[in-house]
Amino acid sequence: MSTPTTIRVWESEFAVYRKVWKSHVLLAFVQPLLYLLGMGLGVGALIDVDTDSTSSLGGISYFAFLAPALLATTAMISAGQASLWQVLDGFFWGNRYRAMAATPLTPGDIATGLTMWHATRTAIGVTGVAAVLALFDDTRSWGLLVAVPAAVLTGLAFALPISAWSSTRHSDGSFPTVIRFGLLPMFLFGGAFFPVDQLPGWLQPVAYITPLWHGIELCRGAVVDSVSPGNVAVHLVVLVAYVVVGWVACRIAFARRLAP
Amino acid sequence: MAVDGIDFDVAPGESFGFLGPNGAGKTSTMRMIGCVSPVTSGTLRVFDLDTATDGSTIRSRIGVVPQADQLDSELTVVENLVIYGRYFDIPRAECKRRAAELLEFVQLTERANDRVDPLSGGMKRRLTIARSLMSEPDLLLLDEPTTGLDPQARHILWDRLYRLKQRGVTLVLTTHYMDEAEQLCDRLVVMDGGRIVAEGSPRGLIDEYATREVLELRLHRGALGETADAVAREDASALASIDGIGDRNEVLPDRILIYAHDGEAALSEVHRRGIEPVGSLVRRSSLEDVFLRLTGRTLID
Repeated sequence: MSTPTTIRVWESEFAVYRKVWKSHVLLAFVQPLLYLLGMGLGVGALIDVDTDSTSSLGGISYFAFLAPALLATTAMISAGQASLWQVLDGFFWGNRYRAMAATPLTPGDIATGLTMWHATRTAIGVTGVAAVLALFDDTRSWGLLVAVPAAVLTGLAFALPISAWSSTRHSDGSFPTVIRFGLLPMFLFGGAFFPVDQLPGWLQPVAYITPLWHGIELCRGAVVDSVSPGNVAVHLVVLVAYVVVGWVACRIAFARRLAP
Repeated sequence: MAVDGIDFDVAPGESFGFLGPNGAGKTSTMRMIGCVSPVTSGTLRVFDLDTATDGSTIRSRIGVVPQADQLDSELTVVENLVIYGRYFDIPRAECKRRAAELLEFVQLTERANDRVDPLSGGMKRRLTIARSLMSEPDLLLLDEPTTGLDPQARHILWDRLYRLKQRGVTLVLTTHYMDEAEQLCDRLVVMDGGRIVAEGSPRGLIDEYATREVLELRLHRGALGETADAVAREDASALASIDGIGDRNEVLPDRILIYAHDGEAALSEVHRRGIEPVGSLVRRSSLEDVFLRLTGRTLID
């Protein structure tokens, strides 16, 4: 029985990951933990004394509000890291995807294999965060098992469009901008630290079209049971749309880059 | 358009070269043979398969040594080979067996568990060749295999490629080095500006387009800053003075080449006419002379 071509691409990504897994896991683990302690417990202690505040959080503690969102934000940050320099490296500096394209593997195999790899890598990071959440009473819930795949979907909604774009670049000059003016504002204003209805009216629609807000709502909903089935469907549709469009874009962009 | 209406065929077991300067279309041709770039018009068949429809099948039977190494710098030497073998769906145990054998072949066994980064250019090239052989290909494509290597590293590489040729692997390579083409190719085509300008064996091409020997003369040139007109006049008078010596001559910026069956005899004639070159050299003609004859230009500017 032959190994599917996409799995062969996945294996290659995994082999490289094995060299750097410690720093990835540590970062995926430690960063959310710091936010949990500093913001969740520290700032949370100030917020939770005021019943007006807690009611605008849906009647839950600030810790319970923030913590599940970190599953989605970790997925986004982790996916962002893996979709910028690492992808351009495969087409431009190290050229590992060019090497693959000279074998029976096709650009489409590379795009799909990389998609599977992004999912795996995000799952590794997010599972670490879920393990931390399971330590705290407020967030110890079977819903974490549902939140992990929701966070993986969120990660893919970022990883695939960004990977497609990165594969068209000829330098990494614009990558820090993507992080500073793309991912970081979403992290701060996308509904993780406060509900997006606190945003100015004109800014709220912006939050609604980002994948992050939908991912956060799903993860939070899974852990503290705060989301209606109708909204779950909307969030899923939006995230899946980002993933599908991103995947198609990767297939097209990779083929163009590899076979000029 | 990088390549315009080229026509060639390579027999199994043959060693075939594309010779030409940078930008002649060699790499584009290699990418088409390797089923990475599409053929826009005409047909290209490899192993009697159509490159347009059977790309994956063809690629599974060829090994590719690209111009720039594409090794995974984070992985060790042996991991690079195993991962590459997996792209061809070779079972992991078999990958390891072949990797050990190939590292022996390219003399990198001692470096098997080292990372790729600190290896020298020549070692990386040898590793790239080992990697291209993981799938035991019937055809090996080498794009400028020794460009950028020092002479010793080049000779090691040529020796390994020669052994592969003896084992019956078909080699197709590009080069802009004459000595490389003469060392490795049974037959070659000379490319220029995306077209094939000549085809034959290295010896046959030299016989056809050059004489047996070449006399190189360095004549006295005026001081720095001499006007172009003055240089042209000097060249003209130098040419007039050697008129009739040898079969043919070429004027290069720094020297004049006289093509003659007997270079020493030509040199005697130069001296007899009272011409006193600053330097002279009699050598056998090479593919460089063929290229010069065909295109009016030298290969490496």
